[in-house]
Formats: sequence, C-alpha cells, structure tokens
Amino acid sequence: MTVAERIQAATPTRRRVGLGVAAATWFVLYEVNRPFWDWLLGDVVGVDLAGRLGSGVHFFLYDSVKITLLLGGIIFVVTVLRSFMSVERTRALLGGKREGLGNVMAAGLGVVTPFCSCSAVPAFIGFVAAGVPLGVTMSFLIASPLINEVAIALLFGLFGLGPTLMYVGAGLTVAIVSGLVLGRLRLERWVEPFVFETRLGGQVVDSTAGLTWGDRIQMGVEEVGTILRKIWPYLVVGIGVGAVIHGWAPEDFFATYAGADNPFAVLIAVAVGVPLYSNAAGILPLVEALYDKGLPMGTLLAFMMAVVALSLPELILLRRVLKPRLIVTFVGVVAAGIVMVGYLFNAVL
Amino acid sequence: MKIKVLGPGCANCVNLERATREAVASLGIEAEIEKVTDYAAIAGYGVMRTPGLVVDDQVVLSGRVPTAAGVREILAPLAGGGATRP
Repeated sequence: MTVAERIQAATPTRRRVGLGVAAATWFVLYEVNRPFWDWLLGDVVGVDLAGRLGSGVHFFLYDSVKITLLLGGIIFVVTVLRSFMSVERTRALLGGKREGLGNVMAAGLGVVTPFCSCSAVPAFIGFVAAGVPLGVTMSFLIASPLINEVAIALLFGLFGLGPTLMYVGAGLTVAIVSGLVLGRLRLERWVEPFVFETRLGGQVVDSTAGLTWGDRIQMGVEEVGTILRKIWPYLVVGIGVGAVIHGWAPEDFFATYAGADNPFAVLIAVAVGVPLYSNAAGILPLVEALYDKGLPMGTLLAFMMAVVALSLPELILLRRVLKPRLIVTFVGVVAAGIVMVGYLFNAVL
Repeated sequence: MKIKVLGPGCANCVNLERATREAVASLGIEAEIEKVTDYAAIAGYGVMRTPGLVVDDQVVLSGRVPTAAGVREILAPLAGGGATRP
C-alpha cells in the first residue's frame, strides 16, 4: 500500500489520529533540531562552534533540517487550504471587475489561488479572453509567484512574523500598483492578437469540485513531495552559499558595500536579483546570512522579491502571449515597484 | 474514444500522458491519444491549469496529475459504448 492509498483507506478517526501524530512528530523534530546539532558537532565531534568551520557546518546542517521541516509543514497546510480555491473560481470572481478594485482582488486572489508559473500562459489567455482587464490579470500574475507558500514558510521561520507581514504587504502593494500602472498604459496592442481571438469553448471544469477531505490531505502530502523534489537543489546551494558567508565572509564586508549608508544598495540588489533565477527556497538562506552580516531588511527583501517575481524562464514563457515591448515594460514597472518598496522599508525601519 | 492530453510539454504533462497510456492499456479500450501543446487550443478548452485531459471533446480533468489508477477511474465509465474489450 502506498501512502496515498493508506490515506484513502483511512477512516475519519484514523485520519485525525494520523494527522495528530504527524503534527506532534513535526514539533518534536523542530524543537530538538538545534540541541541535536549542538550536541553532535560540539560534544561528540568536538569542533569549535564559534570557529569558522564549526559555525559554517553547524549553520548548514541546522538550517537544512529546519528549512525542510518548515517547508514540509507549511506547504502541506497551504495546499489543503488552497484546495478550496481554484483558478476557475478566481476568474469568475474577477470577471467584470473594473481596474482598481479588480487589481486589489486579483493580487489577493493571486496569493490564495493554487497556481504554478508553468500555467501562466493558459491562465493569461483564459483571463484575458474571458474579459478580465489586462492590468488586473497582471496583478494576479505578479502576486502569485511573489507571495507563495515557500517564501512565507521560510520568512516566518527565519525572521519571524514582523518581516513576513512586511513582505506580504509589500508584495501585495507591488502587484496592485504594477497592475494599475500596466492597465493605464493601454498595452493591449502589445498582446499577441490570437489571445483576443481565442474562443473559450468546452465545459469549464472546476478542478477542485467534489474533493473529499481524504483527497485534500492526499494532495497536501503529494505537493510537499513534489515541491521538495523540485527545490532541494536550490535549497542546498542557497544554504551552502549562506554557510560560506556565515563562516568566512569578513564581518563588515557586505555592510560596507551594501549597507544602509550606500544609497544605491537597493538599486544594485534589484539589478542583481532580476536576472538571477532561483526561488524563495534558494534565496532565503542567503538572505538570512546577509542579514546576520548587517544588511538592512529593505535591501534584502527587495533583492528577494526581484529574484522571485521576475525570472527569465517565466518571461520566455510569457513571450508566447506578450510582445517584447510589453515584457520589457512589465519588467520595468515591477522592478521599479520593488526598488521603491526597498527604499521605503530602509527609510521606515 | 479520442483522448487529448493538454499541456505545453512540462513534466506534469509528460506524467499525465504516461498515466493515461497506462490506464488505456490496462482498461483494454481502443483510444486515440493525442497531445495538444498549442496554448490557444489549450485555452480554447477552458483549461487554465495544465495539464488537462480531454475525452471526446469534454474536459474531464485539469490542473493535477492523477495516478494511472485515477485516470482509469475517470475513463472507465466514459469508455462504456465505444469500448472494445479484447
């Protein structure tokens, strides 16, 4: 019997017990993670945890376990919650909405709708062909990758509630404002004409219709596996680079060049972040290490947003439906929004 | 029956195609399986999350990849009339 079949076969009571045991195991593992590595590396192996090698290795092992646990837990919960929402329902909610309120709703729905950037193109066509305004569609497409469960899980685990809320607020703002600006620019002529000519036929299938709790839980378990399989290389590289910075980079190196005193720091961070292709999992261990080295939060959040929101592979996909001119404008508007958010946070905090 | 697998060629679409072929083989039905990779055509079916599965021009699944057993459950009742069991 596979895990999925066992869940299918489970009775409601057994399912509840299973979930309870899983949650308890999760909390215990999360709590013993630091003492365990302190003990293993410090007492058993006997390395100096304050030294470069010791602190680097400790950071790598401790962070790998912690991040994997956080991701597993939060992806599961978010997937189960999101199984109540669907792109089809989102489109129905956005249809006929004007710009303004539409952008706000689109950004919010972008956060809660289960969506992967691999579906960006069919969703774009589906939205626009159904009459959702271009700018509103853009708000959805910006918010969706920017505020994702992986980013939220890691931000919360590594920095706590405050920076997480800041990031979510900033992400929503960037998505709403960028969508409004793109809508105002009247860019419809830079959309490939076939998008408007697409006739929506066929019965729209709501992919979440008729799901049982068993199905939702199974989807959650599968999603954890799928995402972890997909992002672990990024995670290992990210934590590795983070560990190197943690253990070896001179204490004031980054603070000198990208610290609060450098007025161009946010601009540079965004310029570096846009072409970088990674995801929240790869970038956050790095952000954590840089934060420890004294970089301001606004600069770091702007860097992270630039990496997560704008990625070359997604832009290449979007080229199928958007002409180069619109893609360039899209990148420019979103990047400008992120830069502003970065400066704002650096000024306020 | 005519089965179409909708998807631009991502990993999920390949997985769905494999699951579908397995399901068809194990049900022993005669089906023509076609891949649809054109975005306009995919969107034309009303599918916004790939991959999608279309049977005789009806969308039966979108946005997730079931197991071969899952596809079999979907196909079995639809195969009714046109099925030819060996």
